[in-house]
Formats: sequence, C-alpha cells, structure tokens
Amino acid sequence: MVALTFRGGIHPHDGKNMSKDKPIRQVLPKGDLVYPLSQHIGAPAIPIVERGERVLAGQKIAEAGGFVSVPIHASVSGTVKAIEPRRVVTGDNVMSIVIENDYLYEEKPRFHDKELADMTREEVVEVIKEAGIIGMGGAGFPTHIKMSPKEPDKIYHVIANCAECEPYLTSDYRRMIEEPEKLVAGLKIILCLFPHAKGILAVEDNKPDCIRKLKDLTLDEARISVKVVKTKYPQGAERQLIYATTRRALNSSMLPADVGCIVNNVDTIVAIYNAVINGQPLINRIVTVTGDAIKNPQNFMVKTGTSYSELIDEAGGFIRKPEKIISGGPMMGFGIFDINVPTTKASSALLCLLEDDVKISQPKQCINCGLCVEICPGRIIPTRLADFAQNYDKEKFLKYNGMECCECGCCSYVCPAKRHLTQSIKSMRRMILAERKK
Amino acid sequence: MNDMMNVSSSPHIRSKLTTSAIMFVVIVALLPATAFGIYNFGMNAALIIVICITTCVLTEFIYTKLMKKQTTIGDFSAAVTGLLLALNLPPSVPWWIPLIGGIFAILVVKMLFGGLGQNFMNPALGARCFLMISFTAKMTDFIYDGVSTATPLAEYKAGNAVSTFDMIIGRIPGTIGETSVIAIVAGAILLLLVGIIDLKIPGTYIATFIIFIGLFGGRGWDMNYITTQLAGGGLMLGAFFMATDYTTSPITRAGKIVYGILLGILTGLFRVYGASAEGVSYAIVFSNLLVPLIEKITIPQCFGRGGEHI
Repeated sequence: MVALTFRGGIHPHDGKNMSKDKPIRQVLPKGDLVYPLSQHIGAPAIPIVERGERVLAGQKIAEAGGFVSVPIHASVSGTVKAIEPRRVVTGDNVMSIVIENDYLYEEKPRFHDKELADMTREEVVEVIKEAGIIGMGGAGFPTHIKMSPKEPDKIYHVIANCAECEPYLTSDYRRMIEEPEKLVAGLKIILCLFPHAKGILAVEDNKPDCIRKLKDLTLDEARISVKVVKTKYPQGAERQLIYATTRRALNSSMLPADVGCIVNNVDTIVAIYNAVINGQPLINRIVTVTGDAIKNPQNFMVKTGTSYSELIDEAGGFIRKPEKIISGGPMMGFGIFDINVPTTKASSALLCLLEDDVKISQPKQCINCGLCVEICPGRIIPTRLADFAQNYDKEKFLKYNGMECCECGCCSYVCPAKRHLTQSIKSMRRMILAERKK
Repeated sequence: MNDMMNVSSSPHIRSKLTTSAIMFVVIVALLPATAFGIYNFGMNAALIIVICITTCVLTEFIYTKLMKKQTTIGDFSAAVTGLLLALNLPPSVPWWIPLIGGIFAILVVKMLFGGLGQNFMNPALGARCFLMISFTAKMTDFIYDGVSTATPLAEYKAGNAVSTFDMIIGRIPGTIGETSVIAIVAGAILLLLVGIIDLKIPGTYIATFIIFIGLFGGRGWDMNYITTQLAGGGLMLGAFFMATDYTTSPITRAGKIVYGILLGILTGLFRVYGASAEGVSYAIVFSNLLVPLIEKITIPQCFGRGGEHI
C-alpha cells in the first residue's frame, strides 16, 4: 500500500529500538509532587487549595484561569506543602502547587456520573474541560476548545495523530500496542461531537503491528479508517498530517477547523476516553525515558508532578554523565539543565544523550547548497530567512513568509554548514508575534 | 563544574553531512576528467593542475592569515576551484597562467567579496574569462600531439568534418578537462547518485540548448551537428560541474529551471551568432550575474498558499 505523505522532511536516526519493545511500567512517585499552574497554553490555573490542606488523588486543586485554560488535579493523595515558584522544563520558575505524598493513593471517586449515551454535546465538552485535558503531544493546547469549533457541522475529518515522528519517542507506540481499544473508543466519543465527520487513524509505516491491530479493531466501524503515512519527520506535524491524509493544506493564518479537520494526539484521545467513560481526570501520562546515556531505556506510566530525577533512577540511572538532557524529542524538545523538574501533562519523553551534536558543530558560511529548501515542509527558504533574522530585517522576513515556519528543525538538522537556521528563524518569529500582541 | 549540562535551542541533533564532505565528493567526481586530461595531454597538463590547486589553496590560506580570520582551506572549496580552473585551461599554457588565474579566482572573485558562499560569479570561470581577455593568444593556442591546432568546434564552424566518436571519448584537442564526455558524465552520475546535484539545471540547460540550436543553428535537427555541439566546447563540463555550483546558481526550485533555460539560450546565441566557437563560459558568467534577480522572481509559494504541491 502506498503511504501518504507531503513534500520535504528528513529521515534522522530513528532511535526507537531502545525502548519500543519495553512494556509500559507504572512508576509511583517517591518524593514530593509539583504541579506548575502554567503547564498548558492559555491562562495559568488558579489554586483552590491552601497550604496544609489534605487532598485526594483526582481532586481538583486549581481552577481554570480563564476561557483558554484548564483545571489541574492532584495525582496522589497527600497534603499541600506549599504554593511557590518552582523550576520547570523550560528553565523558568513557575508558580506551582507542591504536594507531599502520603503514599496511601486514596482516590476521589469519579468526577461525573453521566453515561455517554445520555450526554449532550456541550456536556461532553464540559467533561473534557473538567478533566483538565490538554494536547498531550507536547503542545498543551486545551482540548475542550479544540472540540468547540465555530461550526461543528463543517468538521469532516477527525484525525488521530498516531505518527509519533520524533526520533526516540515510543510512548504513543506502546499505548497503541497495549490499549488500542481505548484509542478507538476515544475516537468514537469525539466523532459523537461531529456528526458529519469521519475518523482517521494516521499511523506511520514503521509501525506495521499497530496498523494491523487498529485495522482489525476498526473493521466494522463505518466511520473510522486507518491511513498509513510515510515514516519521516515531521510527519506528525499538524499541517503535514492533515495534508497527507486529506490533501487539504493550511497556512499559518488558518486553523485545522477552517479546513474541516480536527487533529488529536493518541494520548489525548485516550485521556478523553478515561474522562468520559471512567470519570477520571488527567493525572497520568506515559513518558519514554531513553537515550544512550540511560542504563535501561523504557516507557513509564507516570503520575503527573513526579520529578524527572526519579524517572532517571527508575530507568537504572546514567551509564555516564550525559552531555545533554532533553525533555521531549531531539528535534523540538527543551534542553534542560536541572533534572529536578516535574513531569507535566505535556511531557512525553526524557532523552539523555552522551554526546551533544550541537556542541561539536561550529557554524560556518552558507554555501547556498539548497538542502534546507529541499526538505523544508513549509516550502520556505530557511537560509535566507535566517540571514534576515540575524539582520533584524522584519520586512524581508515577512515577505519571504518567515511566519509560516513551524519550527520543526529540519533545516538546522540538514545544513552541512551547521548554521543555526531554526534558532534564528524562531527568535525572529517570537519577536514579531510578541510585537503583534501589543 | 562537572555538573554543568549543555543547553541549546532545539533541534538538538544534526546530520553527519558537512561542507568539506560535499566538496570532497565533487573532487572525486572530477577525477575521471582529470585523469583523462593527463592521459590525453601529458605531463604539462598534470603540472598545470598541480600549480592551479596549490595556488588556489595557498592564496586562500595566506589571505585568511593576513586578515586574521580562521583558516578555511579545510573545507576543500579552494581545491575544487583550483581543479575546475585547471580543467578549463588549454594544456599547453605556460606555468604563470594557472598561477595568475588561481590568484585571481580566489583573491578577487571569492575572498574579496566575502569568501565561501559570497562570490557573485563562478571563481574558476571568472578567472578563465579574465585570462581569456588578458592573454588571448596563450589561451586559444591548443597544441595537440605537438601541433598547434583548432578545437573540433572551431573546425566544425570552419566547415571541416570532425569525428563525433573521438569527441565523446575525448581524444581531441581542447582544454584539459572538457574533452572526454564519458569521463565527465561518469563524474556527473556520481554527483547525481549521491544527491549533490540534481537534473534541474543541467537537464534544462542541455535540453534548451538542443532546442535552440535545432531551431536556429541552420542545420535543422541533424544528429551529427547536435552531438558535436553537445560534446564539444566544454558544454558537458559546464552543464554538470560549473552551472551547478551552489553559490552562483539560484536556491529556489523554479529559479533553477529559469537559470537552466537562460543558460541554454545564451550558449546557443553565442555559439550560433557569436564570433568564437565556445560560449559556455560567458553564458555561465553572465547568468551568474542574473541569479539574484532570478531568485527574487521565483520566491516559492509557502505551504498552505499553493506551495504544498511543489
């Protein structure tokens, strides 16, 4: 079967063999749990507990801070130790609720008692919001807002992003191998919200076992199909995935809903299933701890708020001290300098590399080889844009479509002169976006 | 200090491909033409090649040292320029021609404009044109088997018959590297397979050229005529190794096609209506000057505004 795809993209070293065959293992936190109030796109959540208060696992500890915001729930039972700034993966100090674990894991019962068959559209979306579900592929956008487009009847494709195109990451893959039923059931719940939509499970062709399993499960589903997409990076990027599966193209001024599509990550969909069917809020997630510096790379089911340092210990610790630790994948993840940062709802992986490619490569002059143009999924010219960015030439940057950059990192990866293309373009984009906000 | 971590902005991985690796493969791709040139023309050709490469590398080295900049000869680009310039020189030129040419190519065309990636025309061809204008007699004296003779294209223009077979193999007079089509194409296939060049420029160049001379050459679609024109005058060397030079060709995909068409038309014009029988070097240098304009008018549509199809 010919795999669907888009023009451009790269094929970095896959790295998934280190952890793809390791079944998900539940990890219980040993120390305090830290819940940053700002772990999603939008307004930070507002705490509704006080220091000294006892909370149960699954209890709401912070209310949504606005329309574009979600609540936060405790993942364990314990006492609120403090509400203070704590370091997070981006390096910032963010106001967080710190809970001291009492190791009893006493759970609050379901946060709602409704049956799916009895729920209206608005009630389902409300449940998704109350569960605190955000985009778990790493973006962290509040899912209930994604599920509320202006015209739900004009949504024709609900796409499950099963691509997991970042190297080294295997959390979505293990979820699909171990609990594909929940994925399909979750997708069906979303399809209830959009009466004219068909569901698409978009899987990369390097996961033939997942493709088989999902095809078997959806054999009798009239509204769901499995589409095989070509394995490359960034196949899982929203615009590229929509184009590959539906041939509809978005630019930066459009939302997927404008072309009748909704895209969700595998884990987000399973979280929706857990929220609607089991009444559970989002307090767990799968994190892949991997990299050549880790003794036993594997996939963990982690309670949100657990410190990364504990996950490293659970994975056997370091073989040697790594040069670089990345929260997320190697193409778009954050380099971290402190492993005592908490797992949030959007953390998907911890990658510990013995050698840092960036340190070895010294940027040289551009030779105009055009490789960055060949592979850019956005079809823009990264090397010129990087020049404009470095010269703060806003006019030319905009004229050459610099705002279309999705910051995938393909250009920096491929450049033979090792120029920091993505980084220059990123800085310029952020600057322009910040100016626009004023 | 052992607890310090490396932190940088994403992406955190890089491919293994480097500028020097690309340049090295280009040198390897030029070896068949080089070897044949030495076989065809003898030790003077080898001497010219050595002088050329050494001059180019030394000029770049001395320049960067004088300007107190980091030395750049390790990226092999000076060596590539030296080799390409040598392959574009007649085999019987005196030793000071490659010396002056090498210095001009690196110092004037490349380093004074900003070094690697900043030259506005192909350094090897720029130097060749400079030498052509300054020392025309020496640069058009093609000695073959000890006898001063004209190149096959000049012969053809004068109305004499030429052997296309000899032209393809390369046992003909000409510049050191341009004579053997087989050797050049072998190297070009290596570059295509590795992905260093693609057919956008050479393909459109050759195709446009064929159409032009077919329409305006005065001999219709005569296969003998077309093959002679393709095999002679450094067209193959120019199309695959000089026109595809990264810095002096457009970076946009549509721009490459426009560039190739322009080259084909110009080469055809110079060959059919011009006084000299050659035309490739001037066509390429002229088109180099137009590259910034070509890029400006071929800025691609981005993804989501039509660019997703290209």
